Amino acid sequence: MKRFTGFIKKEFYHIFRDRRSLFILFGMPIAQILLFGFAITNEINNVDIAILDRSNDVNTQEIIHKISASKYFSIKQIITREADIASVFEKGQVKAVLNFEKDFSQNLIKQHQATVQIITDATDPNTANTISNYVNAMLQQYQKELNKNIKIAYQIVPQTRMVYNPELKSVYMFVPGVMTIILMLVSAMMTSISITREKELGTMEILLVSPLKPFQVIIGKVFPYIFLSIINAVVIVMLSVFIFKMPVQGSLLLLALESVLFIITALALGILISTISATQQTAMMISLMGLMLPVILLSGFIFPISSMPLPLQIISNIIPAKWFIIIIKGIMLKGVGIGFIWKETLILLGMTVFFIGLSVKKYKIRLE
Amino acid sequence: MSISVSNISKSYKNVNALQNISFDVKPGELFGLIGPDGAGKTTLFRILTTLLVPDAGHATVTDLDVVTHYKAIRNSVGYMPGKFSLYQDLTVEENLHFFATIFGTTIEENYDLIKDIYVQIEPFKKRRAGKLSGGMKQKLALSCALIHKPNVLFLDEPTTGVDPVSRKEFWDMLKRLQQKDITILVSTPYMDEAALCDRIALMQNGKILEIDTPAAIVKHYPKTIYNVSSNNMYQLLESLKAYKHHYSIYPFGEFVHYSDKRTDFNTEDLKAYLESRNLSNINIEKTAATIEDTFMELAK
Repeated sequence: MKRFTGFIKKEFYHIFRDRRSLFILFGMPIAQILLFGFAITNEINNVDIAILDRSNDVNTQEIIHKISASKYFSIKQIITREADIASVFEKGQVKAVLNFEKDFSQNLIKQHQATVQIITDATDPNTANTISNYVNAMLQQYQKELNKNIKIAYQIVPQTRMVYNPELKSVYMFVPGVMTIILMLVSAMMTSISITREKELGTMEILLVSPLKPFQVIIGKVFPYIFLSIINAVVIVMLSVFIFKMPVQGSLLLLALESVLFIITALALGILISTISATQQTAMMISLMGLMLPVILLSGFIFPISSMPLPLQIISNIIPAKWFIIIIKGIMLKGVGIGFIWKETLILLGMTVFFIGLSVKKYKIRLE
Repeated sequence: MSISVSNISKSYKNVNALQNISFDVKPGELFGLIGPDGAGKTTLFRILTTLLVPDAGHATVTDLDVVTHYKAIRNSVGYMPGKFSLYQDLTVEENLHFFATIFGTTIEENYDLIKDIYVQIEPFKKRRAGKLSGGMKQKLALSCALIHKPNVLFLDEPTTGVDPVSRKEFWDMLKRLQQKDITILVSTPYMDEAALCDRIALMQNGKILEIDTPAAIVKHYPKTIYNVSSNNMYQLLESLKAYKHHYSIYPFGEFVHYSDKRTDFNTEDLKAYLESRNLSNINIEKTAATIEDTFMELAK
């Protein structure tokens, strides 16, 4: 045990004396979360919209006037035919179209109910969602003003329609996504680099010719990174809660346990990479190309898996990050318990066991 | 036997690194592997330190087989690889402390073993290992290899890239360690260091040319050697090469080591020949063969 703690102490010396890795360890998570957080912002300003007013009466004019007077929207185009909706979207001129039904005022007076359709371009799902919320809020305010002196309330019914990405699959995905990337980066890349560094500098030769057992060396190398990854996860969750006001709906304990599981998966991958690469540079390249790219592209973090071609959808299943994103999205955004994510957890657990087994099998007790 | 090697062979893709090597090292012996780069010394060290498995033959260290009992061997030997292999970002003290800890001991416990060496680097104990000079790095590496009081010490080219003064100090230390019943296997490309070993094995291209004490090895040299010097070294070498009776010619510092094919060789004949080639200040003296002469002779 004393040997082991001595080894871990040495690892911490390495980490804290290497500015580069320290920067990756602690600078990256903060930078990334802030970058993603502010890039996908909830504020909208002067968003270009188009109006299709088939009624053209006093109420619709008032609504249009209200909307154009706000700083959030500017009316770029007035269209007259329903067929034009698709074309304005395709040209990318507007982010949303308001489509007032025929006889808006009459319907409001006779049936106490009128419909306006809010069609948004959901290729940027976050903006689409925000736009529809803003329009809704304005419609509601206008409705309130109308209803001040009336017994039977008028009701304006907004029908929201998202085009191009109707289910808004990646809204608020950035926190789970960034967390996954960071944990992958810190755990897999940093450990694979730190193990290959020993090989490259020749110190592995001395460690092998010592009473330390190979598994002690490996555990000793990864242990500090488990610890640091947990700190990173905590920092990310705190940043998203306090800076981006993103509430964690589910159990914090479950979130912590699942994160530790994913950290171990990533560490096992890191060990596996270190067994097949001889230099730090190779380890880094394999980690970046083999782990980071799939995490970014195929995990559903940025591009929704359901809109991928089938072969990529199938490939995405072998990416641990995909399952982890589903899990933490469930816990953080939907507040689900283990009952809803046990399948994903089991898959992740299976992958971890597989990777650990493989790296134990591939680990060399000698040179060559 | 402390180390016993019999018929070891090892080859990499296209190179036969070791071919049928056999030798024994007695307990407490200082045994030298002498040979140029590529002779197979490092491969042999790695086999004996259980880092590589030989293709054929077997070897034991402290009567333990290097393949089957590798764990036990790893507990009881000290190994200093050819490349400086300590943690450059750790200080002198931290390195030593780390290696003491992983071998389950403390610096204090075996301090007397490393004292002679460590006192020389102790003033720099707060310095990072990467910032030490070549000689000090080697002293630190030796301290780290010794800290657990090994029975057998493997030193792979410990003095390569080290200044002459530090090299001499290093060998003095090895002699002192030998007094403490540690068997030492050391490799070096420097022939002058070979004379300091109890016995040496001359190696080339994966084969052992000869094993004996340094004194006996030089006696094996078949010819009488002469130190030849003149006013012009380059001219002298060219002239000797052109001399039809020459047996061997090797530049050796300010002299040329010369030996002659004839048994009735007369130095005056050679002097006359060299003078005829416009050389002056010619001096020819008998000298003893060195290990280098013997090595060159055997490697022919």
